This record gives sequence, structure tokens and C-alpha cells, in this order.
Amino acid sequence: MNADDPTRPRYLRRHLLGIEGLSPQEITILLDRSETYVLQNRQANKKKSVLSGRTIINLFFEDSTRTRTSFELAGKRLGGDVINMSVATSSVKKGETLIDTAMTLNAMHPDVLVVRHPQSGAVSLLSDKVNCAVINGGDGSHEHPTQALLDALTIRRRLGHLDGLVIAICGDILHSRVARSNIHLLNTMGARVRLIAPNTLLPAQVERLGVEVFQNMSEGLKDVDIVMMLRLQRERMQGNFFPSIREYFNFFGLDEAKLSNAKENALIMHPGPMNRGVEIDSDLADDFGRSVISEQVEMGVAVRMACLEILTENLDSEEFRNL
Amino acid sequence: MAGPNTPSTLRLYANARIIDPASGRDEMGGILCNGETIADIGPHLNNGKPRANSVLIDCKGQCLVPGLIDMRAYLGEPGEEHKETLETAGRSAVAGGITSIVCLPNTQPVIDDMSGVEFVARRARKLGLSKVYPYGAVSKNLEGREIAELGMLKEAGAVAFTDGFHTIADIQLMQRALSYASTFGLLIVQHPEEPGLAGSGVMNTGETATRLGLTGIPREAEIIIVERDIRLVEMTNGRLHFAHLSTADSIDAVRKAKARGLAITCDTSPPYFALNELAVGDYRTFAKLSPPLRMEFDRQAVIEGLKDGTIDAIASDHCPQDEESKRLPFSEAAAGGVGLETLLPITLELYHNGHLSLLQAFDLVTRRPADLLGLEGGRLEIGRPADFAVVDTERGWKVEDKTLRSKSKNSPFDGRPVQGRVLMTVIDGRVVFQAED
Repeated sequence: MNADDPTRPRYLRRHLLGIEGLSPQEITILLDRSETYVLQNRQANKKKSVLSGRTIINLFFEDSTRTRTSFELAGKRLGGDVINMSVATSSVKKGETLIDTAMTLNAMHPDVLVVRHPQSGAVSLLSDKVNCAVINGGDGSHEHPTQALLDALTIRRRLGHLDGLVIAICGDILHSRVARSNIHLLNTMGARVRLIAPNTLLPAQVERLGVEVFQNMSEGLKDVDIVMMLRLQRERMQGNFFPSIREYFNFFGLDEAKLSNAKENALIMHPGPMNRGVEIDSDLADDFGRSVISEQVEMGVAVRMACLEILTENLDSEEFRNL
Repeated sequence: MAGPNTPSTLRLYANARIIDPASGRDEMGGILCNGETIADIGPHLNNGKPRANSVLIDCKGQCLVPGLIDMRAYLGEPGEEHKETLETAGRSAVAGGITSIVCLPNTQPVIDDMSGVEFVARRARKLGLSKVYPYGAVSKNLEGREIAELGMLKEAGAVAFTDGFHTIADIQLMQRALSYASTFGLLIVQHPEEPGLAGSGVMNTGETATRLGLTGIPREAEIIIVERDIRLVEMTNGRLHFAHLSTADSIDAVRKAKARGLAITCDTSPPYFALNELAVGDYRTFAKLSPPLRMEFDRQAVIEGLKDGTIDAIASDHCPQDEESKRLPFSEAAAGGVGLETLLPITLELYHNGHLSLLQAFDLVTRRPADLLGLEGGRLEIGRPADFAVVDTERGWKVEDKTLRSKSKNSPFDGRPVQGRVLMTVIDGRVVFQAED
């Protein structure tokens, strides 16, 4: 397919703010492009120059090590100039200040802003005020699109496809942006999603997102292809959602006994950072045969390279010039 | 009526009026026990032709009913053994025809972990009197702040969850507890009394309290929590049971919630349909209860609730208090009354007064509480444990504090003439109580 072919499917969006609303074609474009970078990242020379002259600002209003590093590496490997800005949350609690920050940065002509913010919807709000492309690096409990893409890439490379798979997402669904992005992506790509959690950690009417809900881990894991564990986000919890770590692990932690209900070769995933002995048994996390947790991190860099490249390509195209 | 008390033999209880609310059975017949379980039942056993190796017990035409299930009692142990022990409570219970007790977690230490549940169950098994099933605490140490380990408590044997005498007042805790409990299908039992309204009140708010110069607890303290929690059940899809309802309005709220299909149940206890606030009389501390005795129209509404099925069960609400706790100025005296031995006769008043049939009256203290809590007793069926009582429903006697077997004697019914006497109580095929007269 020719790159100039107008009928070629494209990711025709200025930003990547979330997975909800993306078409299967758009997701496939992002995954296919990511795939090309997996190999490049394994070579001695990992550098390309497609982002040469571009400025990428990692604007993080919430602490992050792995996501920020992953975006930073992705930008640098494509030859872009990457700047990290960590903004103390306390100074930007008011929407006005958030927009002021955006306007200030916008005046410096960045090409891509990667934004993480503790409030749901804040990244979208900021994206309205800038001329550059914006990638959502995680907003509150709303979306974390590059995480869902890297999870999908990991699954696709291991099992060859996404459609028809049965995937259980387990744990703190209520506070998880990873869960929401994954639900949207996996449903869009034809997989079947199950959620397993105590009722206190399930958001209202979550079944309306097209998922099956289980309260019992052994039942929910029956014959699944993928077990996706979530971190208990205790920093987001106000009041008590469960009695104790001991009880949580007993009923909702992934251990050998519960996992035995899944398919024999089921993959174990976790977006990290893990709480060993809280949501996942330490031995399982380190089980090289089944745990793909390190692979997820590897795919993360490739996915972020693809997203940066596609969004900057769009900046040059006719359709976006007047936006 | 006596016989060798070895459970391995066949024992035939014949010439009995068998009353089993679960099956609707009310007929002359017999029950054959093989060891711990019921081996056969029905009119064909009435003639008392025992097999060669069986023992015959002649029930002399008296009623044979499923052993009573008392779904709410405080048993004192561990922590307040000077008021009651599992043994004294057990002796009192079997004398009252009760074969299963569900006990409150308000002990010291509180039953909020697995060891507490196992302690009570093990102690009760050793005693071999009434079976004891513990409630687990909803909140850690009953402090109303953090949810206890409900899932693990259930696995250890807790049948349902309650903070006992304490209301789960914090609305967020209640919502979370209902939601978390629904994860495992667990039942929460609420003592509905809004502490902010109850304040330092000691009896029902109204004319009597005004005349006596006592601080009142308004009826609304109960009504508001019941109405609030019904909303929370609707929000969380939880299962909730209200203990000892005492007002017309709270019963009506439950009636309407049930009509809307919500998983809400409730019980009451004998003082609330047999007494009203006038029983406080001249500062009688034995009539100081929690919730307080209410108005006469409330008492009548409780009876209506029992008649139309809104109220699911009658529990003794047994709450032993020693003399030091009751022989005090009314405001300083402890609340609560013993009730294990009066549960049956006061419940039978509803039958004698024409409010309920005999089957309906027994249903409220056998099958319905058993079904609510998933207990195996409460019905006479082949293969079930041989837990039953032989009762003379007509025999009159007078409640006297001195003759009660409970370690504490604080009965609000002290001095009351009642009808209905337990002649024999059988648990797992063993005769554990036999009347002397």
C-alpha cells in the first residue's frame, strides 16, 4: 500500500486522549506501527531520526517513573528533544492554573505534550488549549491509552490475535484507568472481557461497558486466556474498601490455586508496579513461562515510539494544518 | 418418658401432635430418630410399635415442634462470665425449647476474627446444649470505622454479621459494608437506632418519659435508620436484616421495601408485642430495654407486622444483666432483658390471643429464622438433625426471676402468668432437657 494512497487507513486524529471511540482500524494501525519498533529496540543501534527537530514535553502532574522513562526513551530513540516537567500537584489543583501552564508551554512551540494528571478529564481539558499533539499518559481513573496498547501488543505477539480471547481483569477496577482503557480496547478488538473484584471496588453499572462481572475469582478465571492483575491503588482510596490485605489476598490475590481455573497456558499480566503478596503471589509474578510482565514494559517503549511518530506525521498533513 | 440416652439407638417419639411449619404438618403421629438424625416421621408411627431394638417415648398427645431457633442473643462469654456463660445460657435455652442460638459478637474480646468464631463454636460443642452459631462483627472491634474480615469470618463459621447493640451509624461504612458483604452474599444485621437522636435517652420519648422526668429516645431514631438503610440496600444490592423493630413506622417502611422486591428482612422480640412503655411504671429497670418499649399503637403495629408476614422472625434478644447493673437509678441502669425461657410462652400468647395460628406462631421461631441464616435446624424432615421440643402449649405457669436458669434474672416479664411449657428438648437425638413436673 502506497503511503500517499488516500484510501490507506490512517489514524486521523490530532491527539491520543483515550481508547474509547477509536475504531478497530485505528487501533490496528497503532499496533502495527508499534510492531516495527520492537525489532529496532532490540538492535544495538536503536536510534532513528524521524523526530529530529521535534520537541516533546513530558508534563507529569503525578509521580511516575516507568511511564515517564518509557516516553522519554521513545522520544529520544526517534531523535526528538525530550524535556521532562514534573509539576507539584498542589500548585495545579485549580483548573485555571492547569490551563495557564498549558498556555505557557504552548508558547514555547512544543510538538507533542505527554500529559499525566491525577484528575480524570484534565488531559482533555488541556488539549483544547494547545496547538500541538497531546498524548494522555494517564488521567485520574479515566484512561491510560498507551498502557492498553502495550497490553494489546504483548497479547497479540504472544497469541497472534485479540479477537475471541477471554480476558479477566482483576482487582481494583474502581480506581483503575488501565482497566477502563483495556476494557474499551479489548471489546473493540473482539475479545471478551471479565471483571473480577469485590463489589466495593467495582464502579456503578460497569456491566454497561460490555463486560461480565464476577465476585468469585475461581469462577471468573474459569478457562480464561489472559489474567490481567491490577495494582491496589491505596493512594486513591478514601475510607475502607476491604477489611485487610490478608483478606484481600485470600479472596482476590492471584495464587496458584485460583490460577489453576484458567487455561493451562494462560498469560499473567500486570501494569506494574506490583504489590507482591497483595494482588499477586510473588512466585507467579516471576514465572517466566506465564508471566509477561517484563515483556509489557518492553512493548511500552515501542508503542510510545509509534504514537509519537504517527501524531507528528499528522502535524504536517493537510487535514491538520488549520486545526 | 425417659429412656436410655444413647444416640446410637433408635428412639421413637410417638403419640405426639406433630407441628412442622415448614411442611405445614399438624397431625398426630410419631418421629423415629436414628442416632442424631430424623429417620422417619408421620402418622403411621403414631401407634408406637417400636422395632425390636428401638426405645419408645410416649409424648402423651402433646405438641412436638422443631427446636426453636433464637436468632439474637447475647451470651456473655467470653468477657462477662459474671452475667452469663455459654453453659448457663445453654441450660436456660434448652429449658425454653431452643436448640439453636445465634449469638452476638459484643463479647470481650469482640468476635471480629476467626479465633473468636472458633472459640464460641468449640465451647458450645463441648457443652452439648443448644447449638451456638456466632455472628461476626461488621466493624473491627465494633468501633464503626473499618470493616472486619467478613469473608474470612464467614469461612470460619460466622452465619451473618452485625455490630450487635451498636448501630452501624456511619453511612459510608454501612454502604461499603453492604456492598462488600454482597460480594460474598453475606447478610448484615442492623440494630437501628440513630445515636445522634437517641443521645442519652433511656426510654421512649413521650408522655410517660415526661411524667417520670426521664430523657427520651424518639421513635424516629429507629425509623430514620431503617429508612436510610433501605435506600442503601437499593443502592448496593446488599442483604440487610433489621433486628428488633419496635415502631409502627419502621415496620411499615420494611413492608413497603419488601413490596419493592428489596432483600430486606426484620425481626422483633417478645417485649415489643407483649409490653408497652407503661411497663416502665415506677422506674422498673427490668423494663429498660434497647430499643425502649414503645407506645401502645406501636405494640399493635408489631402484631400486625407479625400477622401479615412483614416481620420474619421473633428473637429472644436475650441480654443478661447482673444485679449490680440493674439495681441502679433508671438512667444509670443497663438496658436489656433475659429472654431465652420466655421466647416460647410469650410467642404463644399470639396464638392464645387469636392473632396467629399455632403453625404461624411456631414458624416465626423455627423455619423462618433458620432459612434467613441458612441453618439446618428449624424443620422436621427425614435426614435432618433430630432437634425438637415437646411442648404443652396450654399449661400455665408464672415467670419468676428466681426460677429462671439464666445466670442473670432480669426478665421484663417477671411475675407474668403465661401459657406454654417445654416438657422435653432433644438436640441431635440426645435428650438435653426434661421438665421435672
